[in-house]
Amino acid sequence: MRDVAILGAGITQFGELWESSLRDLGIQAGFEAMRDARIRSDEIDALLVGNMAAGRLIDQTHIGALIADHAGLAGKGVPAVTIECADASGAAAFHHAYLSVASGLHDIVVVGGAEKMTDLPDEDVTDIMATSLDQQWEAFFGATLFADYAMVARRHMHEHGTTREQMAAVAVKNHAHGALNPKAQFQRPIKLESVLGAPAVAQPLGVLDCAPISDGAAAVVLCSADRARKISDSYIKVAASAQAGDSLALHSRGSLCGFEASRVAMEKALKLAGRSRKEIDLAEVHDVTTISEILAVEDLGFVKKGEGGRAAESGMTALGGELPVNTSGGLKARGHPLGATGIAQVIELVEQLKGNAGRRQVKDARLGLAHNVGGCGATAFVHILEAV
Amino acid sequence: MAAGIVSYGAYVPRFRIATESIANVWGQDPVAMARGLGVQSKSVPGADEDVVTLAVAAARMAMRRAGLPGNAVGAVYVGSESHPYAVKPTATIVAEAIEATPLLTAADFEFACKAGTAAIQACMGLVSSGMIGHGLAVGADTSQGAPGDPLEYSASAGAAAFLIGTRDLVALIDRTCSFTTDTPDFWRREGQRYPRHGGRFTGAPAYFRHIASCGRELLERSGSKPSDYTYAVFHQPNGKFPLRAAEELGFKPEQLKPGLLTPVIGNTYSAAVPLGLAATLDVAKPGDRIFVTAYGSGAGADSFDITVTDRILSQDRTGTPTVQSLIDRKVMIDYAIYAKLRGKLLLGGGAE
Repeated sequence: MRDVAILGAGITQFGELWESSLRDLGIQAGFEAMRDARIRSDEIDALLVGNMAAGRLIDQTHIGALIADHAGLAGKGVPAVTIECADASGAAAFHHAYLSVASGLHDIVVVGGAEKMTDLPDEDVTDIMATSLDQQWEAFFGATLFADYAMVARRHMHEHGTTREQMAAVAVKNHAHGALNPKAQFQRPIKLESVLGAPAVAQPLGVLDCAPISDGAAAVVLCSADRARKISDSYIKVAASAQAGDSLALHSRGSLCGFEASRVAMEKALKLAGRSRKEIDLAEVHDVTTISEILAVEDLGFVKKGEGGRAAESGMTALGGELPVNTSGGLKARGHPLGATGIAQVIELVEQLKGNAGRRQVKDARLGLAHNVGGCGATAFVHILEAV
Repeated sequence: MAAGIVSYGAYVPRFRIATESIANVWGQDPVAMARGLGVQSKSVPGADEDVVTLAVAAARMAMRRAGLPGNAVGAVYVGSESHPYAVKPTATIVAEAIEATPLLTAADFEFACKAGTAAIQACMGLVSSGMIGHGLAVGADTSQGAPGDPLEYSASAGAAAFLIGTRDLVALIDRTCSFTTDTPDFWRREGQRYPRHGGRFTGAPAYFRHIASCGRELLERSGSKPSDYTYAVFHQPNGKFPLRAAEELGFKPEQLKPGLLTPVIGNTYSAAVPLGLAATLDVAKPGDRIFVTAYGSGAGADSFDITVTDRILSQDRTGTPTVQSLIDRKVMIDYAIYAKLRGKLLLGGGAE
């Protein structure tokens, strides 16, 4: 296995992009990444696209071929593949792109994630998001993604004394971060009282505890570290990319208060990178709900189980804190176009590690971590990126 | 020949249901819902009321106020999205009721919430060209919201009628323009009982784009600025949208005050802007300018630049009820009575 570098990145605005189709977004992000990487289309060995649900959201499958065709790659015979791991599809695509370059099979791979969610009524989108759960045993009986997370939140409150205010603190923090990110869907700070007083989605989670419905796309170009070194002495290296899985249905798990898949993926990633978690300067974690970020910082081992709520409340995970988490605004404020999220997380790390994050820059960031979860915890990816 | 408003009439059913009563049925937070929508209550048509009775009530008031015989009216157009008949005009019944038949033209209009203002524009064309002396444009609706749908909190009932002519005007319509695109934000197909809508798509790309584009176009064509107007009336699907649209165009909340009725009577659809304009004329003084922009889903906006004349004072303002007095005349009902009145209960074999 050889070292892999990120040569370029491109991301669209996230939000309700009424005037843009999935192909518009995918191409926009892809071209931006190619321009940033200074590569030509005939240098591309493969295109991978993370997408969760275009088959139902816009009645279009075969997204790899769609994007490749409209990006002008079809005539060049470039292999294109869609990769699906629920809302961890972006991370899954990144992982497999990493493997293909690390193996030596491919030299240059464009890997993106895209989702167009706003073409359908909200209630249909809720049903489609619930397909990431166990359809036969959970969704069929009425469980939605946020209903599952609400059960997790209740249990976490019961076992660890986590409070509504602590969960709300996650939303307040991530909206404050999002306000500094020009690509974020929500760029305005919110108050704790607003989160607590927002209409319920699935109690105890309210509207402002949950990631929004979003359109958006993101793409990066991967290449071998050797090639990156030829261009510049400083580049972003993929220090590790790891995945772990768990049972699909929540009721099959030993505990509701943590995601074993996140914990295992983290252990694998640290081992692959040869790093300790103390060395991580910042993390983009899967805050599809506020309780999700609390779970994540615990499962990734940044704090002890039960202390995730306090981490948000105390400012530890805010910009300027000990471990800034979700400086992009996270899924909560940057937006959560399902398949695009995993790549957007990687791009936030790239910006931070390059020192290009502007007003939300984490000082002297050298090592960053991205954590993307599929559904309610059956899949987790952890990537560690390093500024070389 | 410049066209304008000769007289106007309004009607609002007396029944009201509070947002709280609807929210309680569907397990929503009543306070948050009322605040979120900016709607405290909405009007509900009685068991014997429909678009015909509403339109007739408003039309008769306009005729009474004008003091003109029915045969002075050369056109009756009724705009609504809840015409009682799919085939058979509402307008002929209204024309008959005001004794305007038989030597006139009549038709029903439909353009979601702006069918009433479209009817006003059509009448302006006919009177300006000299084809007819007076045209009666009515916007009336008993709008539909499916049980549990967010629309149920606002879809209400009302009517307003405007007698359009070229002489003896209480208000001159200096200019009108429209902005129309194919934007499917809200629709109801033939035979369907309740409309469907595109959720948040009804906001930025639909309501706000059309209102702002049409409003800006009118300001540009008129060479005027928002502060030139004493009052402004915008389509009001809820209590929040018109305030945001007004702010976007540079109008102040005070300018909207007399014509912003949705917070109390809900969205009366085709009657929303006509009723708002009628309520504004009720309090307007000679020389006041009124900026009007209606919106209809599907989608389009109609803007009007209106100047009130001296005749506003000489017309009979006391013999006919003001819009405010119609709004004040109310009977609160609960959801059960509301469900009965709106045909939401299945009786016996499923008959309404």
